[in-house]
Amino acid sequence: MPKRGGERAMVPRVEFGSYYGRPVLKRPRWQAPHLPGYLYFGGLSGAAAAMAAMADATGRGRLSLTGRVTAATAAAAGSALLVAELGRPERFLNMLRVFKPTSPMSVGSWVLATHGALTGLSAASGVTGAAPWLGRAAGAGAALTGPVLATYTGVLMADTAVPAWHEGYRHLPLLFAGSALASAGAVGMAAVPRGQAGPARRMALLGAGLELAAAGTLEKGAGMREQAELISEPYRTGRAGALLRLGRGLTAAGAAGAFAAGRSRTVAVVSGLALTGGALCTRFGVFYAGLASAEDPKYTVVPQRARRATGA
Amino acid sequence: MSNSLYGPLHDVAEDAGYADPPARAGFFTDTSVCIGCKACEVACKEWNAVPDDGFALTGMSYDNTGGLGASTWRHVAFIEQSRPREVGDGDGGTRWLMASDVCKHCTHAACLDVCPTGALFRTEFATVVVQQDVCNGCAYCVSACPYGVIDRREGDGRAWKCTMCYDRIADGMEPACAKACPTDSIQYGPLDELRERARARLDELHEQGVAEARLYGEDENDGVGGDGAFFLLLDEPETYGLPPDPVVTTRDLPAMWKWAGGAAAALAGAVAVSFLGRR
Repeated sequence: MPKRGGERAMVPRVEFGSYYGRPVLKRPRWQAPHLPGYLYFGGLSGAAAAMAAMADATGRGRLSLTGRVTAATAAAAGSALLVAELGRPERFLNMLRVFKPTSPMSVGSWVLATHGALTGLSAASGVTGAAPWLGRAAGAGAALTGPVLATYTGVLMADTAVPAWHEGYRHLPLLFAGSALASAGAVGMAAVPRGQAGPARRMALLGAGLELAAAGTLEKGAGMREQAELISEPYRTGRAGALLRLGRGLTAAGAAGAFAAGRSRTVAVVSGLALTGGALCTRFGVFYAGLASAEDPKYTVVPQRARRATGA
Repeated sequence: MSNSLYGPLHDVAEDAGYADPPARAGFFTDTSVCIGCKACEVACKEWNAVPDDGFALTGMSYDNTGGLGASTWRHVAFIEQSRPREVGDGDGGTRWLMASDVCKHCTHAACLDVCPTGALFRTEFATVVVQQDVCNGCAYCVSACPYGVIDRREGDGRAWKCTMCYDRIADGMEPACAKACPTDSIQYGPLDELRERARARLDELHEQGVAEARLYGEDENDGVGGDGAFFLLLDEPETYGLPPDPVVTTRDLPAMWKWAGGAAAALAGAVAVSFLGRR
């Protein structure tokens, strides 16, 4: 590299071959806001269902009702986004013509269908007061499907050829679990009187902590197998980087608010909104990082060349 | 079942459930004799009634197709390379590389693994085909393919790719692209036979001094268990737009589910802990 005026590049430019700079991978056909929106609603529904079941078991009526209605509404909203995302929406039931363990989307479709039915039942019972035993039983079932629904989406994204998503397979489920806890906690502490919302505030705090920790390791590429610095780059740069930074700020602010939310409903609502915004930014950030990762051939070619060179 | 997700697999069709399948069918594309005529692209479109995908000029080379996609199942790459001329370097200076790309019909096909509807399936010839009456356009296969082959067609909403002319080979005919190829750059036949032929051709080229000749996708120990459609290349794979060391994403699926299981347990545990203590 020629030296001029004592200046020299500190970071060597990545040298790699390509076919006229064209991407090796296809750009994912998934779109915003459908896919990141589904990730948010799926997480919210899953964690809210678990919250409702625990509230039932500990005799917190208002928190239970809020959790049940949130879980059912979010499951319905997420399903609608998934169907709208299909190239042939009228064929959405084809998702249930087989059960394929090798396809996270097949597994997820069955989980979502079961979870949607259970949360629908428990919410209907909670709102109308009819068949309370059925509502509680369905709610208990949804407390089992919920955590799966909130975290399988990490596998859904990771089980692709997109380097940033694939190599994030350890981080994404934990990130989505944290984000889901924060989302459901946010709704609970904003919608329920302060006296009953203690568990929701603690969920929000735990979730925000997990979300921040997982996002931090993902952005650094910690634990990625090869070329971690390069493969995690899309999480730090561009639109995805900006969204994830904004999300981190909102989540941290929301968590700080959740500490004080026991004393003021206004603070609870504001920090609930901040946590929700943070969770949405996280989901959109992860989505756009994948698009950037697929669109630049260097993320595909350089790590694979390095892998071939080391014979790993 | 041990190598159903990853690793060498000899009985691909049997693994998919066929009792007594025919020999595994394959393409061997020898790019050293490709003349870039694009007859394969045209024959494929004609036989399979694939719609046009625009008449834009790329402006980068004689390749105005760009790459494989929902409506391009054979794609001829065109690369012009300049090397410094040296004394005694007879034809030095410039060389043209041409290569007809196609779906690799992987031994471990990520598109097929992740398809949630069963629209993508393994044929008795061990090729990978989309059932268009089943596909609901979820586009998971698009993100899963490590070669960037399969895509969703705009306006149609379903995923499309090369079928290795399933209809023709089932009737004992060779696929349209191989039939139309004037130099036999595209060869169709039983995969074992093609692999032998390719190794002989590689030795021949190495003897002639073409040291840069190499096979791509023929190794059953590679990340996708070997390709049903493999190539003889004259430069690095990425020069042709091919990934240098693709790995089927499903190799890591068991590990992915373990992390997701841990995360689900963490979520449930965090909810439970939040309800401890005073009301």
